[in-house]
Amino acid sequence: MTERRSAALVIGAGIAGIQAALDIADAGFHVHLVEREPAIGGRMAQLDKTFPTLDCSSCILTPKMSAVARHPNVDLLTLSEVVSVETLKASRCEAGGAGEIAPSFHVRVRRKPRYVKVGVCTGCGLCADACRMKGRVSSEFDEGIARRSAIYVPFVQAVPLAYTIDESSCLNLTRGSCGRSFACADACDAGAIDFAESETVADLEVNAIIVATGFDLIDPRVKPEFGYGQYPEVMTGMEFERLVSASGPTAGKLLVNGREPSDVVFIKCVGSRDPHSGVPYCSRVCCMYTAKHAHLVRDRFPDARITVFYTDVRAFGKGYEEFYDRVRGEGVMYRRGEPSEIYRHNGKLLVLAEDTLLGRPVEVEADLVVLATAAVPRADAPTVAALLGLDRSADGFLREADPAFRPVETALPGVFLAGCCQGPKDIPDSVAQAKAAAASAIVAMVRASGMVRGRRSSGAQVGRRTES
Amino acid sequence: MRTQPLVEQMELMGCIQCGRCTGGCPLARKTALNIRSLIYDMLVAPEMDVHAHQELWDCTCCFTCVERCPKDVRPAELIIALRGEMVESGRIPETVGAALMGVFRQGNPSGIAREDRSAWVGDGPQPKAAQEGCELLYFVGCSPSYDPRLQTVPRTLARVFSQAGTDFGTLGTEENCCGSEVQRMGEAGLFEMLVEENGELIRRTGASRLVTTSPHCYTALKNEYALGKVEVLHYTQLLADLLAHGQLAFDREVPRIVTYHDPCFLGKHNQIYEEPRAVLNAIPGLQLVEMDRNRERSLCCEGGGGRMWAEGTNPEERLSAQRVEEAAATGADVLAVACPFCLLTLEDAVKVAGLEDQLRVMDVAELVADALDLPVTNQIGAPLARSTGPEREC
Amino acid sequence: MSLSRVGVYVCHCGTNIAANVDVARLAEFARSLPGAVLARDYPYMCSDRGQALIREDVSEQALDRVVVAACSPRMHEPTFRDAVRQAGLNPYMVEMANIREQCAWVHDDRARATEKATRLVASAVARAVLLEPLEERQVDVEPGVVVIGGGIAGLAATLTVAEAGYSAYLVERSGSLGGRVRELDRTYPTLDKVQVVLRELVSRVAAHPNVTILLRSSVTSVDGCVGDFTVEVKTRGANLGEGVDASRDSQTLVVGSVIVATGFDPFDPRRKPELGYGQYPSVITTLELEQRLAAGDLGDNGAAPRRVAFLQCVGSRDVQVGNPYCSRVCCMVVAKQARQLRGLMPDAEITVYYSDVRTFGKGAEEFYDETRAQGVLYRRASVSEIVRSQNRVRLVGEDTLLSRAIGVEVDLVVLATGMEAGADSASLSAMLRLQRSPDGFFLEAHPKLRPVDTATAGVYLAGCCQGPKGIADTIAHAKAAASSALIPLLRGSVQADAATAIVNPALCANCGLCVEECPYGAPALDPFRGVATVNALLCQGCGACAVVCPAKAISLQHATACQVLAQVDALMA
Repeated sequence: MTERRSAALVIGAGIAGIQAALDIADAGFHVHLVEREPAIGGRMAQLDKTFPTLDCSSCILTPKMSAVARHPNVDLLTLSEVVSVETLKASRCEAGGAGEIAPSFHVRVRRKPRYVKVGVCTGCGLCADACRMKGRVSSEFDEGIARRSAIYVPFVQAVPLAYTIDESSCLNLTRGSCGRSFACADACDAGAIDFAESETVADLEVNAIIVATGFDLIDPRVKPEFGYGQYPEVMTGMEFERLVSASGPTAGKLLVNGREPSDVVFIKCVGSRDPHSGVPYCSRVCCMYTAKHAHLVRDRFPDARITVFYTDVRAFGKGYEEFYDRVRGEGVMYRRGEPSEIYRHNGKLLVLAEDTLLGRPVEVEADLVVLATAAVPRADAPTVAALLGLDRSADGFLREADPAFRPVETALPGVFLAGCCQGPKDIPDSVAQAKAAAASAIVAMVRASGMVRGRRSSGAQVGRRTES
Repeated sequence: MRTQPLVEQMELMGCIQCGRCTGGCPLARKTALNIRSLIYDMLVAPEMDVHAHQELWDCTCCFTCVERCPKDVRPAELIIALRGEMVESGRIPETVGAALMGVFRQGNPSGIAREDRSAWVGDGPQPKAAQEGCELLYFVGCSPSYDPRLQTVPRTLARVFSQAGTDFGTLGTEENCCGSEVQRMGEAGLFEMLVEENGELIRRTGASRLVTTSPHCYTALKNEYALGKVEVLHYTQLLADLLAHGQLAFDREVPRIVTYHDPCFLGKHNQIYEEPRAVLNAIPGLQLVEMDRNRERSLCCEGGGGRMWAEGTNPEERLSAQRVEEAAATGADVLAVACPFCLLTLEDAVKVAGLEDQLRVMDVAELVADALDLPVTNQIGAPLARSTGPEREC
Repeated sequence: MSLSRVGVYVCHCGTNIAANVDVARLAEFARSLPGAVLARDYPYMCSDRGQALIREDVSEQALDRVVVAACSPRMHEPTFRDAVRQAGLNPYMVEMANIREQCAWVHDDRARATEKATRLVASAVARAVLLEPLEERQVDVEPGVVVIGGGIAGLAATLTVAEAGYSAYLVERSGSLGGRVRELDRTYPTLDKVQVVLRELVSRVAAHPNVTILLRSSVTSVDGCVGDFTVEVKTRGANLGEGVDASRDSQTLVVGSVIVATGFDPFDPRRKPELGYGQYPSVITTLELEQRLAAGDLGDNGAAPRRVAFLQCVGSRDVQVGNPYCSRVCCMVVAKQARQLRGLMPDAEITVYYSDVRTFGKGAEEFYDETRAQGVLYRRASVSEIVRSQNRVRLVGEDTLLSRAIGVEVDLVVLATGMEAGADSASLSAMLRLQRSPDGFFLEAHPKLRPVDTATAGVYLAGCCQGPKGIADTIAHAKAAASSALIPLLRGSVQADAATAIVNPALCANCGLCVEECPYGAPALDPFRGVATVNALLCQGCGACAVVCPAKAISLQHATACQVLAQVDALMA
């Protein structure tokens, strides 16, 4: 493979960032893949199955994660955040055509200490077992359903497979001591623990930047009428994903209050299409993941009564409507109307709604309610936008150059968007957009490395033969 | 009636027929009221016979529909507008007509003589006349002024305001109905007149703050009057503020288990949930327990939206009965309210349910009186004789 | 067999395996297997330390084969192949025993799970001793791309390839570029003039020195494989393509990748005769309305319609016409057209009949809100029939929110016709060896993670030929296809997996069954030698040919009959 001078920066290592980095790296360019978390994979790693094919999410994602981590052209920077971006020059490229610009950027990345040496750590987990905070720290990856130690891996297939000491809960890092000696260090045979690690800074020169910082999910407490936080039976879609995941905290056993649910209600548009209490836009994925969730409940509990409340079912992607048809065929009841309130009556939760096709209010008993919460811009989207000099759309997501014709470019030459940082998207659309962003970045890097002229002439000679 | 003008005026095109309004509507569960369906009828049909929808008088204007609507359509306000159509045509329930006439003639919906409006003072000290100027104007409201059961509330509050050292006054017999219920009953013209007259009276006092007994007066004065610099408060807000600033302190234990019912016009209309609880929690010995449905999910007592003067299409099934059941289930011995209408409806429901020995309905002000050991407490639990039912004399 | 020196590595995978499998016992057992010279267990074999262990043993213990008992080979086989390659071994000398997904994760009886793991390891070792080194073939890549179809997908893909410095040949069967988008008036949600943007895109493509445009041209054959495709293009009549010899009507292009961007066909509403399309002039399609809007003439001869109805899902979500799927764009097209009509005819009644409003894209729900706010009425109703009613037409159906039958007289009905796979999909599919999904569109390699790749390396999908899409999604998809297509070009060479089928010419009877069976077109009959041969670059190693070969002349390398039988024997032992 040809060694090329130009490099790209990909910010965020969810599925969009991973795919963009892989395409650029496969094309022979160097990529710095910066991820804020200790492990890559993003939201997709948290999912159990994917619609409409019901592929196991981690089974299709982990090979991509290990491929990107193993790739010789990829420089993976976990626990890292971009702190400054400076456009160095916007020199006109001689060969790229009239007025084309080949910018380059100076990027500063802050690398937080892991306190564990990657490469030395074998991932054996003895440290986490020994940690005095074991079982006392809420697991972000498991949406708070499980507890972890202060030294941890987010999930077993984590890439890179190296433990991380969480600064906010480690006794030594928060209060300066941990008994007579550090329990984790004592347990580590490999000697991988290093409390002397400190924050470092990496300075990178790149010719293209792909922003793939993803999305957040709205806190369902913005709709207090659903009693989220008050009723253990009311959970978010993401919490449900972790509960049904074979690698999740319950090994895939779906129990609510210790019992198998028999009356399950799904509520969509929790915050979405709701300028009154949430966001005005449609979150684009909830209809399908709700159909998938309903299927997963049916798959486990053939006799459960499953109700999906909806206003419009948006099954628009390839094979999606067919999946929606299938789920209804499995005896999942779709009722038109959005629930208005949940309360407890005689021990059971009652979901109040109007069935708008019957034209009358209904009360549906539930021992499990799953809320399809809106996808919202990352809390730090304004910071990221400011850092790069990008605009945001009215909905708060990063703004593309043109919503119809230039969906991955931004107003800035050399800066591209991939995945949900630009707006909610399902996995195939995120992947397509990530590859599109990679293509744009490749073009920018080709220009920057001055490869264009040579290629162009050879292409014309070699590429076509005319026969008589 | 042509539908188009209201469709435009109320921006009904925003509706996506999701049904959250009717789904959350406490009345839709017991009557034919279906506001989602009414909106759709208005969208698809050019004409509508509003008189065929007597269930419009069932709405309590609890504003659950307004709070739940994702697209910011305001269904309850459509109901008010449709009632307005009926008021215009003159074909309205007799009791509603009488209430509106009472306000026209005597400044209160019960039509009791204006001269008796200060009767609530009883043997207590006569409050200062606000017309002579004051910092805090106490707007007593119609029902608390006239209803013997409710009069303990203003009586207590007047004492508390003095004790806290505020410079407060009342409008005495010049106080008029605030028009909150008049507006909800669809009588926009009368409401406009009241806004003008009361607004003038209030401004003339020079008060910088105005406090109300009733959340209904509060809603009208705060949101529908343009009182400029005058800060409008519900009394629970004022008490919470006085407590927070040390101007008020409770010295007597009130060893009761209390559950608090959020009035719609404080909660759903104005998002005031914490101040009444802060006042209750400040009372020594008092233990506050919550009903399952609280704050944003509080169940309407069915006393608002003009319902004190309109029986509705299903008077047999009462939401107040359900609410009292929920309160009793908490194990509380006091169901606390902060609204005169809630006090009346819920107290009735306690009696109907035969729960008098178990559960007492008290206004937060009455509990405050207990905690301050004010003499006015003597009258609590010994309410004066009064009629029951929605046509009661208030 | 005694010559082989196998090293066996049992991974704990933290506690993933170790919790349910006695890894120490498993390693001890492995040491006893014929051919095994050492066995170790280790917490994480995939860690840097784990890999180093293998490398050290290969050099110090002179291992010639390695068995790793760990997770699925899909996860870490590449890791361990890399590890032994670094130690100087052929990467095909690694065998994995999946004792995680296929054992530890699915059993909870530790004793029996351990027993199963021993069999899996024995089986892997039995196969390992029979492994043979294989050489991966490298092929130089022709630095060009053929893009089939000159709609916006083809244009976007072409421009991206050209801008990256490679020759792009854009083959378009009609006489002009732009495809379906040429018929559109405005974009959603921004209501920009489509033709302005399209003209700019077309002129950028046309002006690019790396681009060759072949109008009135079709691809007649595609041969070869990734890196080296030979594409025959036939051109009808004069060609406007710059730099192309106009005197020839057929030419051969040799390129590294092919991008298929052949678009869709609109649903023909005559297939729903109950809607009266073709019979009543006042029943038109969204595409026709779009053309009228673009032309600035509603075709109403000045008599502005007073009542307009839009019908969603015509030919979509409709199994009766064979299209169970949603066409994805119609809801927004209708919202946009309804908004445009509202602007042109402020007094008209405009109603959209829908069953679900699918306004899901960026700014789409907001656009739908604004459309209603401007006075477009949305009715949840299905129209079953359209009949003439004097000089108007009457919609007959049910309003599902009113739960009652309705009949509405209107002046203009706009049918939101969906998208279907292009009529030429079948022939293209045969020529390009592309599979099609049940909906008729071309099938991508993986519905989630490989939306533009196909089962044939080097052939990529762009735009609506893979499924209905709006403009933004089409452009993203097309650029994504360009990314996939550019990768082999930028690398300069492609490597083919060596685990491919080979033919033993001595046994081959030249019957051709393998040629028929192969979905990838890898085997071919050699007319001179009278035997079949397999193109290693096309072969995906599926083994279908080996199974059908009556003479057992074909074997699949790295999964030979010998290796598989040894594996089975060890499992059953």
